[in-house]
Amino acid sequence: MNEVFEMRCPLPFREYPQVLMAHGGGGRLMHTLVERMFGAAFSNPILDRRHDAAVLPASPHRMAFTTDSYVVRPLFFPGGDIGSMAVHGTVNDLAMSGARPQYLSAGFILEEGLPMETLWRVVVSMRCAALQAGVSIVTGDTKVVDAGQGDGLFINTAGIGVIEHGLAIEPGSVAVGDAVLISGDVGRHGMAVMALREGLEFESAIESDSAPVAEPVLGLIRAGIDVHCLRDLTRGGLTATLNEIAEATSMGIRITEEAVPVRGDVSAACEVLGLDVMQVACEGRFVAFVAEADAEQALAILKAHPVSADAVRIGTVELNGGAEVVARGALGWDRVLPMPSGEQLPRIC
Amino acid sequence: MRYVAEYRDPEWARRLAEQIARVVTRPWTLMEVCGGQTHSILRHGIDAMLPAEITLIHGPGCPVCVTPVGLIDAALQIAARPEVLFCSFGDMLRVPGTHGDLLSAKAAGADVRMVYSPLDAVSLAMRHPDRQVVFFGVGFETTAPATALAVVQAAARGLSNFSLLVSHVRVPPAMEALLSMADCRVQGFLAAGHVCTVMGTAEYESIAAKYRVPIVVTGFEPVDLLQGILRCVRQLEGGRHVVENEYPRAVCDSGNEPAQRWMREVFRVVSREWRGMGEIPDSGLGLAQAYARFDAAQRFGMGTEWTPMATECQSGMVLQGQMRPTQCPAFGTRCSPEHPLGATMVSSEGACAAYHRYRRPKVTS
Amino acid sequence: MCLAVPGRILGIQGEESLWRTGRVDFGGVIKEVSLACVPDAQPGEYVIVHAGVAISRLDQEEASRMLESLRSIDGLSEPGGEGA
Repeated sequence: MNEVFEMRCPLPFREYPQVLMAHGGGGRLMHTLVERMFGAAFSNPILDRRHDAAVLPASPHRMAFTTDSYVVRPLFFPGGDIGSMAVHGTVNDLAMSGARPQYLSAGFILEEGLPMETLWRVVVSMRCAALQAGVSIVTGDTKVVDAGQGDGLFINTAGIGVIEHGLAIEPGSVAVGDAVLISGDVGRHGMAVMALREGLEFESAIESDSAPVAEPVLGLIRAGIDVHCLRDLTRGGLTATLNEIAEATSMGIRITEEAVPVRGDVSAACEVLGLDVMQVACEGRFVAFVAEADAEQALAILKAHPVSADAVRIGTVELNGGAEVVARGALGWDRVLPMPSGEQLPRIC
Repeated sequence: MRYVAEYRDPEWARRLAEQIARVVTRPWTLMEVCGGQTHSILRHGIDAMLPAEITLIHGPGCPVCVTPVGLIDAALQIAARPEVLFCSFGDMLRVPGTHGDLLSAKAAGADVRMVYSPLDAVSLAMRHPDRQVVFFGVGFETTAPATALAVVQAAARGLSNFSLLVSHVRVPPAMEALLSMADCRVQGFLAAGHVCTVMGTAEYESIAAKYRVPIVVTGFEPVDLLQGILRCVRQLEGGRHVVENEYPRAVCDSGNEPAQRWMREVFRVVSREWRGMGEIPDSGLGLAQAYARFDAAQRFGMGTEWTPMATECQSGMVLQGQMRPTQCPAFGTRCSPEHPLGATMVSSEGACAAYHRYRRPKVTS
Repeated sequence: MCLAVPGRILGIQGEESLWRTGRVDFGGVIKEVSLACVPDAQPGEYVIVHAGVAISRLDQEEASRMLESLRSIDGLSEPGGEGA
């Protein structure tokens, strides 16, 4: 990917070092921005045709379709930025249906005054992430808003993927007794971003786990694993995701707390700030629900992919009184993990 | 993490719990003072490990929970001023005042910033000389040294744009207030480890002697808590009532003398209202005269008188150990972390929040 | 209350005690904290940090002593040392 980072912006910054209202105005300035920045970085046969709408080839398969918006602050963090996060997040949403991600749209809302170099860095990052994930950014939009109204940069994406299997990968397919697997260690993204937060700054080697996870998912499907459900972890972390599934299935989920993988420095950062690591945001992690009989093979397949090399079983689906998520603690006692309420805040008490 | 993980060892915890079961011959009621200890007890299931004879009552050691509503209202008024940059620990941001909390004030446009340390607020004041930076100084004696350092640093730098809303509280008067209540059932205490790190253990000697209660200075990890309970129960079984230190790696008898010196320079003892418990004499720390110019309440002309609003919240009873959160009619129904009626449900280590967060499953398999 | 965490001092800056700070390693996370309340603390030692301020040095001898006594619990013997 090094050649991408050497790529010089075709739009010279000294001409327009900052985004202006006119860059969203539909005229020459916007045309130049779209052509020479977005068009150059994202170039692919569909985008290069420069239609208002991307014309996609027909497919005999079911399609998966998703949308998301990215408003992350700060724009750049260890291990990623708003651009790479946008691509990975959309790809992963598609992957959670077992779809092979193919096409993305990218809508940009830019704040007047945003340094052009910042925008270029984000665009290059998106190009790199798209290449890595094997997707094309085929259409997009650009708007500019008044200074003070945009937090710098927002990105909206939509994604299309093709479903080349006949499985129903959704909460409705989850069954009592299913194994609950997680694709890797938790809490990296949230703590990587927290390290930069004004008033809380700390030094660490923690990088965001933002990454595309379509490959291991497709690996499971190709191997014939009957995947019941997949869900990627985002805000609210593991606890929120498990609660979502429990609620959607009306079934309980029991996990062993010590089985949940956490890196030492992520755990330490949570200790210092008084945070529960199981509620901290992740970006390149998912949980998978498979039949008990498939658990061992599914784990072996996941571990063969770099992004899920640390996959491990953390629990089982069960029937309990209230479709709750229950954790067996290190000292041998059970506690309920309720749905997190609101953003978890660092504490001193 | 070193010096943390060892004290969570399940085998040692189990053995200590067994020892407690072996030692106890009759029912005893203990109180752990500190909200952080409550949090740890419920999170790790310490209460479930104890023999039925031991009842744990959760004390008022949640400085966030006991901050008077009037002070939160003052904070909200100050934060709303356009020239103010209001700094607070994360703990305080969702505690409800009469109308809303600091987080909703931020959503409405107030410049409210979360900080990890009062010293960060001083840095902010230096970086923003055109703004009035105000720090919300809550906490027990554990936190008071940090606030004191912030004040001394601000004075040394001659900052005219830094002030504090001070609401520090002291543990010993609150313990005495509890013990003086006619229906107090507490027979032994686990004293707050980190408060004693700063203040030492001397203040508790007279309480132990006067009320004939054992007081064991205890840490926060499962092994610490179980050791503290074991020592307390051993004293009760043996008819003794002295101060013991279970946490000597962090607490010595005299406490932290440099910290106490900074505190004596910056603060004076005042009476303070505890939300849900009323006024307790000499239970607070306010700014000393020499540093009165840093008092935000004075600088912004705030009164902090408050007429209590009738509310369903029974946090006072919970804080005094008279009621368990689960016994409150509103618990989990009209009162939850999403819509808290009072501070004990909001604060991360308030007893109600801890019970809600760490509750046992409905059906155990 | 009083969330305080042990960490190891990596290095110290500042002469006068009020301004003395240290970079402290909490198991892979490094933060600069005030050492104004622990004037005798040295690099390599552990301190206990609350709200950005070290409120105590961690007494490693006492910690070892407690861990030793815990190891000797076999259900029959007393844990080491009573009294404040």
